[in-house]
Order: sequence, then C-alpha cells, then structure tokens
Amino acid sequence: MSHAAVYWVAFRTIVTKEILRFSRIWVQTVLPPAITMALYFVIFGKLIGSQIGDMDGFRYIDFIVPGLILMSVISNSYANVVSSVYSSKFQHNIEELLIAPLPNFIILAGYVAGGVARGVIVGVVVTLVSLLFTDLAIHSYAVTLAVFVLTSVLFSIAGFINAVYANSFDDISIVPTFVLTPLTYLGGVFYSIRMLPEFWQGVSLANPVLYMVNAFRFGLLGVSDIALWLAFVIILGFVLVLGGFAMWLLARGVGIKS
Amino acid sequence: MKALEIRSLRKTYRNGHEALLGIDLEVDEGDFFALLGPNGAGKSTAIGIVSSLVNKTAGQVRVFGHDLDTQPEAVKATIGLVPQEFNFNQFEPVVEILVNQAGYYGIPRREAFRRAESALRQLDLWDKRSAQARDLSGGMKRRLMIARALVHRPRLLILDEPTAGVDIEIRRSMWDFLRATNASGTTIILTTHYLEEAESLCRHIAIINNGRIAERARMTDLLRRLHSETFVLDLRDELDDIGTLPGFHVRQLDATTLEVAVTRDNGLSSLFVELSARGIEVASLRNKQNRLEQLFIDMVQGNDAHGGDA
Repeated sequence: MSHAAVYWVAFRTIVTKEILRFSRIWVQTVLPPAITMALYFVIFGKLIGSQIGDMDGFRYIDFIVPGLILMSVISNSYANVVSSVYSSKFQHNIEELLIAPLPNFIILAGYVAGGVARGVIVGVVVTLVSLLFTDLAIHSYAVTLAVFVLTSVLFSIAGFINAVYANSFDDISIVPTFVLTPLTYLGGVFYSIRMLPEFWQGVSLANPVLYMVNAFRFGLLGVSDIALWLAFVIILGFVLVLGGFAMWLLARGVGIKS
Repeated sequence: MKALEIRSLRKTYRNGHEALLGIDLEVDEGDFFALLGPNGAGKSTAIGIVSSLVNKTAGQVRVFGHDLDTQPEAVKATIGLVPQEFNFNQFEPVVEILVNQAGYYGIPRREAFRRAESALRQLDLWDKRSAQARDLSGGMKRRLMIARALVHRPRLLILDEPTAGVDIEIRRSMWDFLRATNASGTTIILTTHYLEEAESLCRHIAIINNGRIAERARMTDLLRRLHSETFVLDLRDELDDIGTLPGFHVRQLDATTLEVAVTRDNGLSSLFVELSARGIEVASLRNKQNRLEQLFIDMVQGNDAHGGDA
C-alpha cells in the first residue's frame, strides 16, 4: 500500500471519529448554537432591531445575520478541536495517533477537518434558523463559501494550539471566554465600524475577526467595511502562521510527548 | 535479524532527571524478551522512546533494521504497543477503538472491522463489542489494549505491565494467548512486576536499574546462577525442635513448618535423605520465593550497592 493510500485512510479515520464524536452529543454541540442564535435573531433582530432602522442600507436583522452565522462557525470549530484534542490528551488516547505511522500534517489535518465539519453543520443549522426571521440572499457564493471554510480552518487550528498547551479543563475555556468572545463581539458582528469614532475604528482594524465578519457579510449582502482582498490576505496569513506553529508544536512534541 | 537494536540510548527529562544513562540492548526476531527493573529504573522510558511516545536525548534505535530518526514511519508500522496505563477513549465503543486504530495504520474500514472482530473474538471480547470501554472490567480493559495493539499485525509487540491488576485465571489465559502470538512469529518484549510471568514466558531477559542495563542473559543461564533456593516444608507430624541439619540452613517456623535454604551443591535429594534419617515426613513443599525474584533482588541490591560506591 502506498504512503498516500495509508495517509488517506488514516485521515478519513480521524475525521469520521471526530464527526461521530460530536454527533453522538448533538444536544451539547449542535442544538445550543441554534437556540442561542434564535434568541439573538428574536431579541436583537426583531425586537431591538426594528427600533434601530437600517444599517449600510439593510434592515438591522439582515445586517447582523452574516456575523451571527460566522460567530457560530468560529466558536464551534474552535470548541470542537480544543475539547477533542484536550480530552485525548487527558485520557492519553492521543497516544494512539502518536505511535501510528503518520506524518504530523495528517494528524493536524484530521482534527482540523473535524472542526470544520462541526463548523459547517452548525453554520448550516444557524443559517436555516435565520431563514425563519429573514430572507437570506447570497451576493457571492464563492466568497461566502471561501470565508466560511477558511475561518473554520483558522479557528480549528487555533483550538488545536490551545489544547496542546492546556493542562486542565479550565485552560480550554479561558481563551474562548476572555479572547474569542470579546474579539467576535467587537469584530463588527452587530455594527459597522464606520459608526465608531476614528480612533476606535483604527483599534478595530487590529482585530482579525473584523476582516472575517466583513468578508462574510460581503459574500451574503455585498457590503463590507474592509477591502475584500485585504480580508483574504489577513485570513490566509493567519491560517499559514498558526498552521506552521501547530506543525512546529507537533514536531517538538510540546504538550503531548515527554 | 534483530527486531530491536538500541545503542547508547540516553534520556534526560526537562526537570533534569536522567532516566537512561546510555543503554545498549538487542532483541532477536522471534524472541520473547523480558525487560525487568524496579520502579523508576527506566523501563517505561525505554519503551516510550522505541514506540515514539518519548523523545530521546541521544543514542540510536533500530527496529527490524529501520532507524527511528530517519525512518520513523517504517519503525512505527512494525510495532504494537500495550502501555501500562489505560489509554483508550473511555467513551468509545470497544469495536470502534480497534477499527480506528487499524485506520491509523492505513487499513481500510471494511478490513478493519474484519480484523477487529478476529482480535476481539481471540481475546473473548466480541460480546462486549458495542459496550463503552469504561464499562469493561479491569481484566477486559487489559485484553482490549492487547487486541488494539495486534489489530495491524505488528512484527514486534511491546507490553508494559500487561497483566497488572488482573486475576490469576485471566492472567494465565493471557499468557497462553501471548505464547501463541509469539509462536506465530511475533517478537514480544515484556515488562512485568510478576517475575513468575517473566520466568514462565520469556527466553531472554535484561534487567535495567538506575538507567543502566545491569544484566542481559538467557533466562535458563540466569536461573542457573542461583546458588541457593529457599523452600518451605509442611511436615506431616508435629516436631519439637529440628536442631541443625548438616549442610543446610534451617529455620523452624512452627511445629509443622520448616524453612530450608538448599544450595546447588547439596540439592533437594540430600535434604530428604537427612529428614528421612530422622523420621521426619514431608507433606508438601513450595518455593519461598520465585527463583527469578530471588535473583532479581540479589542483582538489584548488588547493583545499587555498586552504584553507591562509585
């Protein structure tokens, strides 16, 4: 059997295992984001949104839908990988992969693909929920899909890095609570940064989530606070840097080997 | 061909602890090999390095001629590992643990299910195939780890304390299974604290102590070095005082029990001649210690004393 064939079977095995893992506990993994986002749509979209009026030429609920979908993709891709890898470290079953004849990129790709799978499933569920409140039109399928997948890949890799360094279950909730949530809320999900004073507009530009939310909003609505090419450069840049760092951690065995 | 060749292997952990101080070891293909040593001697570190779970500090490891540094995947493909601690996902069904492990070695899913069924049947776990691993008994979990290690049909099976905490009946059935596995051509390296297990199963032995190989020999040669064995004799009738037995070191434990050290020169026959001459009948006899255990203690204590002088 060729190396490529062995790697492909191993990759599919990791992805299948990951999908089965989060599917078995769908009440904890898929249902909560659907309920949370339904509440966002009702409260911020319908009740409060109706008092706000238009934003960038769109009804407020239409304006926030892209950001809310992407917010679920970000948090679920991250949560899937960080909890799965840390749990494998905790139970030592990550050793099953470490002793297998696999290059590190297959291990990383397998976990990331599992995170993307959950991100996509949750994203689709949240999108379906949003259709109960708004008519979703897609401005560019290519941009929408590209940002959707790349963002999911990026935060899956970030979740992997978090898990490698985590030494307790507390460590896997610190980053989502104190870093990811503030970055997402301040990343233009609920507002256009053009509403901010000039200084805070500049500060907002340092937030990578802003570029993803705006690129995704462009894909759905055709409007963005950020140039599309710049958003893709930023997203791809982060994917490459974090992906390279994760590979380096695996090669050194940081957090997973003595 | 050598199944395993280790040269000048050293491991210093980040906290400065030197677990291995440059060990050399060879294991022939097809051998059943015991790696013994007290807790903290470096056995699990050596096994961890060979199976790629621990990064070495220096030295060379070759498995069936493949170098661990330059051909890590070829090395990994030949090894099956049964670690000391349970290291499977406790929430996964038993059969999935095996199917996934086979998948990591590139075995397609259909074939993986076939092999998983075969391994689970061999180890009497097929009835538990759908149970979550956490619901298995301790002995079943040990057998699950053996089944998982064999699902990709490794040429070298490494078992780190495989029968720890397992009752004697299951332990003996596991021994039979391991003997059959070895007879079918799989090289086996075993660490154990049950020295009876090593004596019963293994043809060669290495004793590791304080990060160094203290001894490496054929099991039979090693046991031949035992100068004396201590036996416990249960007597048929009560005895007031045994006094002394010429040529034997004897201790009376109670009215019907004697403890006698028998040297290789005297032998048991001489002992029975002496006892018969005094009209003492022996109802039963047993070793006070396992023979290997006696040697092991002598060697480890001798090695420690030597190390202390250095």
